Amino acid sequence: MASTAPATRAGVEVRLENLQRSYAGVSALNGLSLTLAPGELVALLGPSGCGKTTAMRLVAGLEEADGGRVTIGGADVTNLPASKRDVGMVFQAYSLFPHMTAWQNVAFGLQMRKVGVDERRRRALEMLEIVGLTGFADRFAHQLSGGQQQRVALARALAINPKILLLDEPLSALDARVRARLRDEIRRIQMEVGITTLFVTHDQEEALAVADRVGVMNKGRLEQLGPPTEVYSRPATPFVAEFVGLTNRLAGVVKGGEVEVRGSRLPLVKPDTADGPAIALVRPETVSLTADGDSSSGPLVGTVIATSFLGATSRVTVDLGDATVLAQLTTADASSMPPGTRVRLVLRPDAVLIARDEAAAAEA
Amino acid sequence: MNRSRRLKLQVFRVVVLVVMGLFFLVPIGAMLEFSTRSTTFDAPRTLDSWTTIATYPALVQAIIASLELAAITSFAMIVLLLPTMIWVRLRLPRLNRIVEFLCLLPLTIPAIVLVVGLLPVYSWMANNFTDSILTLAFAYVILVLPYTYRALDAGLSAINVKTLSEAARSLGAGWGTVIFRVIAPNMSGALLNAVLLSVALVLGEFTFANILSYVNLQVQINQLGQANAGVSIAVSVASLLFAFVLLMVLSFVGAARQALRSKPRATDPRLEAIWGQKA
Repeated sequence: MASTAPATRAGVEVRLENLQRSYAGVSALNGLSLTLAPGELVALLGPSGCGKTTAMRLVAGLEEADGGRVTIGGADVTNLPASKRDVGMVFQAYSLFPHMTAWQNVAFGLQMRKVGVDERRRRALEMLEIVGLTGFADRFAHQLSGGQQQRVALARALAINPKILLLDEPLSALDARVRARLRDEIRRIQMEVGITTLFVTHDQEEALAVADRVGVMNKGRLEQLGPPTEVYSRPATPFVAEFVGLTNRLAGVVKGGEVEVRGSRLPLVKPDTADGPAIALVRPETVSLTADGDSSSGPLVGTVIATSFLGATSRVTVDLGDATVLAQLTTADASSMPPGTRVRLVLRPDAVLIARDEAAAAEA
Repeated sequence: MNRSRRLKLQVFRVVVLVVMGLFFLVPIGAMLEFSTRSTTFDAPRTLDSWTTIATYPALVQAIIASLELAAITSFAMIVLLLPTMIWVRLRLPRLNRIVEFLCLLPLTIPAIVLVVGLLPVYSWMANNFTDSILTLAFAYVILVLPYTYRALDAGLSAINVKTLSEAARSLGAGWGTVIFRVIAPNMSGALLNAVLLSVALVLGEFTFANILSYVNLQVQINQLGQANAGVSIAVSVASLLFAFVLLMVLSFVGAARQALRSKPRATDPRLEAIWGQKA
């Protein structure tokens, strides 16, 4: 767990044990096990169809598992209906009840728990204040922006004081600016409340930014679970390396715990990798470029063919003849090397990499 | 050019409106004219046919029975069809086609065939339980299924039933609450349409009641028509007007609800007066 966790966490432990689920014979979850520590925010990250949403729906009780069990705060909830699980959920699609105002939406869960109307309204307004929507209590969903609707949905999920908060791609329908702001706000509120949270997303930036731990899923399995920095810099499998962040695939040869790529020797994440031909996965930010005025040749000399401006940094595509390599540079450096410039690549020796031969990579 | 096109369009609209208006209003006008005729050629117009409606106890009874049947049928239809359709949509989507087929089936079977099929059931029911006219509601629920299914289907398609129900369930709502307090209020337009269709169909139903030997409004109008054509026509006009007024009221209710939701702050005292609630 990351050190960002507050000391006053009141959340409970949530365990997913060997969860199985298949649809019409096609396996969506293949023995998923995961433990969320009290108050922890775990992000499940993966491509469409990897099983992350299925896992979340099994925790919520919106679907039934074929096998395995779910415990929340030590209690086995596997066979409990969704309405009895004490789970707060924010959905990908806008899910506010259109016939109710914002505060009535937030108060709905309390109404189901037979809380009196005055107390309901008081707590709903309090929750709306926490999500920064004081003054919007009497608005209907269609009078709120997408971001505001998701804030109300978050307030509604938290109002019932659930044991676990489930966030099912809550930001994916929002535009980029709102998404980044709301993402940080969700994290702030989650830490303030101290609730155990499962966050499902296909956006790696989102997962890395908010989570205590990130679980990367593929084909119904957890490929790697760890703090964001570890998942990014020490990916456990080629799938993780390529799904989380951009990666160059460069042919090389593993020898004595190192890999030789185009004349450069780079250390391995897993030094015990067997010797032989391999594909080195090199992050663009570990590739630097120097203008090569004398147009000499060599394995790491190439021509800039494209530049993508990303703001403070730019991504430069270099053609090495038999391969293309992406390098991430400061925009100032990149602008001095417009397309057509001959450049020499330098691979930083601390490069993040995994070396496997093609067959093994394909298998993984 | 543009202006003349707009003018042409305007003229076309007016012509369509007038032609359609005449198509519907001329027969009703003729009925009104007939129902206010006097018995002799020269005498002035009279409302005798209208005022004597109440003096036919059998007619009043038939009107009440038809209104009761309309209410029972509408209620039973919603209680039966709405949860079924929602359940099938959420839990058994594979059965959607079958349910649709079953609901539309009565449309393809002539009423006379349906009623012949129902005859033994009704005679058994009359012999063993009750011969109340209200038992016709069972048959009427089948009769209105195709129309109300379509109306409710359109309403359900317009909202995100799955997400709304899952959100409600995760907040602790049981299925009853999900259906009647979360889904239904968000398809009030479709529900009102379905109710209107049921009411209109039941008020205009003749074949079932006649063959099963019950006297509902239409059967009574038919019988009366043979004795006193003026009164029978007056009642027909009245039932048409009733359906019309009902339609207007339901449209007004729909519009008022819309207005209530469109207000930035739903604290308009007029709307509060209508709904008797504080938003």
